[in-house]
This record gives sequence, structure tokens and C-alpha cells, in this order.
Amino acid sequence: MSPARTIRPVSVASFAQARNVRRDDEHNEVEMLMPVVAEVFGNISITKDDVDFICSGSTDYLIGGPFSFVMALDAVGVWPPRSESHVEMDGAWALYEAWTLLQEGEIDAALVYAFGRSSLGDLNEILALQLDPYYEAPLWPDPTSLAALQAQALIDAGKATEADFAAIASRSRKSALENPNAQVAIDIAPEVLLEDPYVVTPLRRHALPPITDAVAAVVLAAGDKAIEWAGRRGRKPVWITGMDHRMETHSLGARDLTVSPSTAKAAEMAGVGGGPVDVAEIHAPFASQEVIVAEALGLGGDTTINPSGGPLAANGVMSAGLIRIGEAAEAIATGRARRAVAHATSGPCLQQNLVCVLEGEA
Amino acid sequence: MADNEVLHADHRLEYPYSRSTGPVIGAFLTGLLDGRLLGVEGSNGSVIVPPTEYDPITSEDTGEMVEVGPGGVVETWAFVAHPRPKHPLDRPFAWALIKLDGATTSLLHVVEVDSADGITTGDRVTVRFRLPGERIGAMSDIECFVPESGGEGR
Repeated sequence: MSPARTIRPVSVASFAQARNVRRDDEHNEVEMLMPVVAEVFGNISITKDDVDFICSGSTDYLIGGPFSFVMALDAVGVWPPRSESHVEMDGAWALYEAWTLLQEGEIDAALVYAFGRSSLGDLNEILALQLDPYYEAPLWPDPTSLAALQAQALIDAGKATEADFAAIASRSRKSALENPNAQVAIDIAPEVLLEDPYVVTPLRRHALPPITDAVAAVVLAAGDKAIEWAGRRGRKPVWITGMDHRMETHSLGARDLTVSPSTAKAAEMAGVGGGPVDVAEIHAPFASQEVIVAEALGLGGDTTINPSGGPLAANGVMSAGLIRIGEAAEAIATGRARRAVAHATSGPCLQQNLVCVLEGEA
Repeated sequence: MADNEVLHADHRLEYPYSRSTGPVIGAFLTGLLDGRLLGVEGSNGSVIVPPTEYDPITSEDTGEMVEVGPGGVVETWAFVAHPRPKHPLDRPFAWALIKLDGATTSLLHVVEVDSADGITTGDRVTVRFRLPGERIGAMSDIECFVPESGGEGR
């Protein structure tokens, strides 16, 4: 299999996010984004005139109207006209699109942002609409039910227990106590969590992600801009050394739900195995799914998983994956890691996965 | 009309397009009308259920339709004590991935059981169709699956 490709170094030059909350009734999407866009530019003392491209990740299904991403551009202000794009996916994939354009060498900087107010509707019904429209969606399986099928398969295969899920949930929300932007941050022992009622057996309440309204933004920069902008904060650049994303079939019953070959393939192409991983920010919304992703990434016991708390502490639909990349970059920029892996997922039961490897300078 | 009568009109939010389900999905849905479960021959001797026009693993074109079931094996399950309004059953049930007899992939549907103790991986289940006059050529033509030990088809 081919190793990670030779790529143009691109840095995560700046990252900002709103405080993740259960429900923000006071601001619309533009109003939520405006301070975050201002912060992501302000961190490195640039303006919208310094980026050559804008790409966003969001879904019209949350807001219930078509082309809602166009309205969100008001948070940036796009006059004179800007080169802009959008993906109906988590912002991690918007970042991938911007990174791809940066690879072509015609631009040196891009703004990426993601937004989603999960509180506007019922995610259990909205997310069922992403399934196969003939065989699966008509049954309205909610994401917790599908994750429970996957968790039971893990248990049957002897790869995890309910106690493992509780331990992951406990660790995540305890780590979140250090994250001022986290939504659910609390120190509760796994054995206490195991007294939670089942939501869908075998998943108890603690194994589910919170429902979150969230926005986040990243500035990517290459070349001289990467070095100069990092220097404005007394930092060295955090480089993306590899990135890839892969997808599995939408036929749930044709997959082995206990493994994630798409994550493993993306990790291989991104070069995860090329060095030690100090920190992994994993976008596994359900505690049971972290077991699968950690195995697919090939992580060992010396990797700190989700020091931010991860999606069990805040799971903004469309932003939780982008935030993993931002948190991983911040861990490096602040000296808590030298090499980190960020992961984002989309679709039911980890159907599609993105892996991003980040490294600091010695 | 009295002055205080409020005018009103029904508004139905809809997606007013019709789609062809094609020769494979269409054959499966038509089979449901007849109370039959169909799969399709895939790569390497596989039989894909529910059937698709391409093999979901190899992407090769699929072959002939073949009848599968009506019984099968629970590959994994998830018990729902409190169904949501749009779930297929309005009483406790289990989601399951069911590998029908003759198939090599699994079908997502529900099993009628009243507690999590009533189902486990490896259990045999059999299909319960709706009455012929109630079928419309959709997944809802399968009312549910039931444990084979007590599975009297209707």
C-alpha cells in the first residue's frame, strides 16, 4: 500500500469556537458565528481580506430551509465578492476541501467554519433522513438505536463491555472540566454511571452524546503566511502532515459494525503510523464508537484520547469534527503534544471517517 | 360568512416527485406485495439482502434475484422500551440486523419482543407480513419479525 503522499505543508493558523450549549435561543446562526469569526481572525491579527477562500460545513436539515449556508456568509461579510464553497457535512470536510485547494498552490490562506443548532428540531428524526431512502429511512431508526446495534455487536464479539463504555464516558466528561467551552463536564465514577437507565439497550444514558448548539472556525495558512501568523502569537506553526477521508457502504447490514475499515484506510493514507501520537481527538459521538475508532487508528496506551472531553462533552452537529482538528492543533501549539491525530465522522455507525495528522516544530 | 370566522386552508408540506425504484429495489418492493423476500446475487457467491444494483463491497453489477427467508438469524439487536412516534411498532420492540436464510448480508428491521431478555444474537426469527390488502410495496409491508418459536405467520 502506498505511504502518505507528498503534500504541501498547510498550518492550522487559528481556531475558535463558541461555548457549546444545549440550546441557544437568543442568537441565530449568523449571530452565533460573528464573534467566532472575529476571534479566529483576531487571534492572528488578520481580516477577511487576508484569506483567499472560504468554505463552510452545515446542514439545511437543521434549520429547515434550503441554502441556509448562504445566509451564514453574512457572519464574514462577502463584499467585494469572495471565492466561497460549502459542504453539507461536518466542517472537518469543509477543511478538507480548503486544504485540497491549498494543495494546488494557487492560494495561501482559507477560512473554514461550521455551524449547527441541533436544538431547532428532533435529531432522532432529522438524522434518520440521511439513511437509505428505500430500505432504512422508512423505518425511522434514530441514531441511538443504530449505535446500540453497533454496541451490541461489539459486546457479542467480546471486544468491549458496558463497563468500557462507562469508563470512556466518565473519562471524557472529567477531562471536559479543563475545557471552558465544554457542555457536559463532571466527574462521576464509571461504576456510578453503570446505574443509569438504558436509553436503547445496551446503551445507557451516559454513553450518548449531548445535544449541542455550536459553531467553530479555523484559518488555514501555507508558506510565509503560516510562519508569520504563528509568530504574531509567539507560536510556531502547527502543520497538517497528512489528511484523508474514506466512506463505507450505506447498507448497514453489509458492514461488520465492530470495525472501521474506512478509518483504518484514512489513517494509513494520512500517515498516522509514521510516529508517536501524543494526543488523539476522536469524533466518536457514542462512547462505544471510541473503542472502534481507537483500534482503527492503531493507537497505543501512550496516547491521550480527547483531552478536550470530545463529543461526549459537546457534540454540535456539523462542528464537532472540525473542533477535533482545532483542539488537536491547540494541544500542539500550547506544548501539550508534539504530534496529534484528529478524527471526524459522518453518517450512521461511523460510516464515513476523516483522519488528520498534525505536527509541531521541534 | 360571519365576520369573526377565520379563513383557513390546509397546507401540506410535501415532496411532489415520483421516483422509479428500478429493476432491483423495485423487484424487492414488488415482492413484498406478494409476501416474498428477494435478494440478489452479488460477487463471490454472495446474496445481498436488501438487494442493490451493485455489490456494496466490490461495486460489481449484481445478478439474478433469488428468494430468501422467510426465517433468519439475529446478527445484532437493540431493545427499545419506549418507541418514538415514527418507529415501526408502538409497543416495546428490538431493532435487529437479520441475516435471512439464503442471504449473506443482513436486513434492518424490528423484532416483536417485550423485553431485552426476549432476544439475543443468534436467535431465529421469521417475517410477519401485513395482510395482503394492507400492503403498498414498501418496507412497511413487513409488520415486524417474530421469534421463530412463536412465529405464526399471518
